[in-house]
Amino acid sequence: MGSVFRLIVKRIGMGILTLFAISIIFFLGVEALPGDLAEEILGQNALPETVAAFRKELKLDLPPHERYVAWLGDLLQGDLGKSLANGRPVVDLVGWRFANTLFLAASAAVIAVPLAILLGIIAALYRNSWFDRAISVATLSTISFPEFFVAYILIALLSVQLIIFPSISNINDQMSFWQKIHAIVLPCLTLTLVVVAHMMRQTRAAIINILASPFIEMARLKGIKRTRVIVMHAFPNALSPVINVIAINLAYLVVGVVIVEVVFVYPGLGQLMVDSVSKRDIPVVLACGLIFASIYIGLNLTADVLSIISNPRLRNPR
Amino acid sequence: MAFFKLLRKSPIIARIGLAMILLNIAAAILAPVIAPYSETEIVGDVWMPMSSEHFLGTDHIGRDMFTRLLYGARNTIAIAFVITMFSFAVGISCGFFAATLGGWTDLIISRLVDILMAIPVLIFALVVLAIVGNSIPKLVVVIALLDSTRVYRLSRAVAMDIEVMEYVEAARLRGEGTWWLMRHEILPNALPPLVAEFGLRFCFVFLFIAALSFLGLGIQPPTADWGGMVRENSGAITFGIFTPLWPAGAIAFLTVGVNFIVDWFLHVASGLKD
Repeated sequence: MGSVFRLIVKRIGMGILTLFAISIIFFLGVEALPGDLAEEILGQNALPETVAAFRKELKLDLPPHERYVAWLGDLLQGDLGKSLANGRPVVDLVGWRFANTLFLAASAAVIAVPLAILLGIIAALYRNSWFDRAISVATLSTISFPEFFVAYILIALLSVQLIIFPSISNINDQMSFWQKIHAIVLPCLTLTLVVVAHMMRQTRAAIINILASPFIEMARLKGIKRTRVIVMHAFPNALSPVINVIAINLAYLVVGVVIVEVVFVYPGLGQLMVDSVSKRDIPVVLACGLIFASIYIGLNLTADVLSIISNPRLRNPR
Repeated sequence: MAFFKLLRKSPIIARIGLAMILLNIAAAILAPVIAPYSETEIVGDVWMPMSSEHFLGTDHIGRDMFTRLLYGARNTIAIAFVITMFSFAVGISCGFFAATLGGWTDLIISRLVDILMAIPVLIFALVVLAIVGNSIPKLVVVIALLDSTRVYRLSRAVAMDIEVMEYVEAARLRGEGTWWLMRHEILPNALPPLVAEFGLRFCFVFLFIAALSFLGLGIQPPTADWGGMVRENSGAITFGIFTPLWPAGAIAFLTVGVNFIVDWFLHVASGLKD
């Protein structure tokens, strides 16, 4: 077990290092801005005093390395700075929106993961049947559709033609759990459709890959029952690739959620980030970017750790 | 000729895909000829229904939707194409350099690419666009550089395989320079997988631009582009007017076409029979 533990610690260390590197890149990006950030954002006509105050606010009066350390220190203590647009602390803007985004993404994941795995396994077991072909064309099309196309079709059908679900998913704290669920049905459905398509295709490919390997053929030739071959021989080996598929697609939700939130005017982190980019509210954008980045890296990390644990071959590299 | 031979054996899905792409390219090239009005001309009322004068109705400020859709094809496809070319130029040259030079060059570029690939392109692009601001040239550079990381991975891997071949060794012993090796020995042999990848990358870039424009951060109005047109007209959907579905559908149409072809390409390349 010692080597597994060391491998996992090493992998987690790599993840943290990557996050660290990304924070440096973001910082250098702001740094490399042609001219002065303060003048760029405040405009040509800003008063010198305003510019000076703004520079102090962003700590632009310090040398770069000191500024980076100060910025990172604040970040680690949970101080994300102040919004340039309205002067409010970024933490206040981000906090509840982040919870909303997690709520939406988790609801989509709860539906999508079991559904996709089930469909993927069925399609792999009955390969080249009409079911497999139909589902393959359907998923290939869904993958090609941009998220907003799927979203608007769902709105046109379920909220304009049949007036069942709202086309704007505004949720707040006064609503009960079920009211919230009703409000997010359409964005949740959009995300589910897109993610299921990806996840199902990859699950199918992973299972087919295993079913084609020699040890499965061997088991069949020995005359073992089909269900036993699948449960005892194929399943343990499929676990690691399937866990990977789940984690990768949950990470994909991070991107999908940005666009879906904009379509449905959902008060989440993605919506906030897009608004802040057009306002060029850099502290807010950086905070959102770092949150999304850490979730993404965290999910990939989880996938790696789980596959190290579930796959004995990975425990002894080389 | 080999292409036509391959086409004759292709499954029906791939042929449909090819037809879909050709239709889009024709629309993009012939836009000024076919389009009944000009790109930004206001010709009618807001959100007029389909009629013989306006095939697909009008948009949120009374421009002809059919005309906008044709010009949108032109702008969106052209920009996506330029970005993909740029991304391949950067990705391939960095990848080949890393593979032929090895050592520190390889190590530094590869680690940098690992970091850039560790988070989603959309998140990275949003942060960068917030910092540098927004215009078409900036958009092209930012997306091309982010996308070139994927091209780099592939071209480095392919070049690594070719680099150890005897004919490369022979050329090197002959005293040819790195640049010559890359152009005359590695590039011709690495071309087939890179061409297949081009289709995939184009599709990705195209969808990405559409998504950015939809978020209001890509190509700016009044230039017609499909993602932006969905955004501009999105309000119509709640009145039961389906105008925004036209450009959104056009995006889906083109990417489905490319994916049909790529799917078949991958199938052929993998050498599977069933």
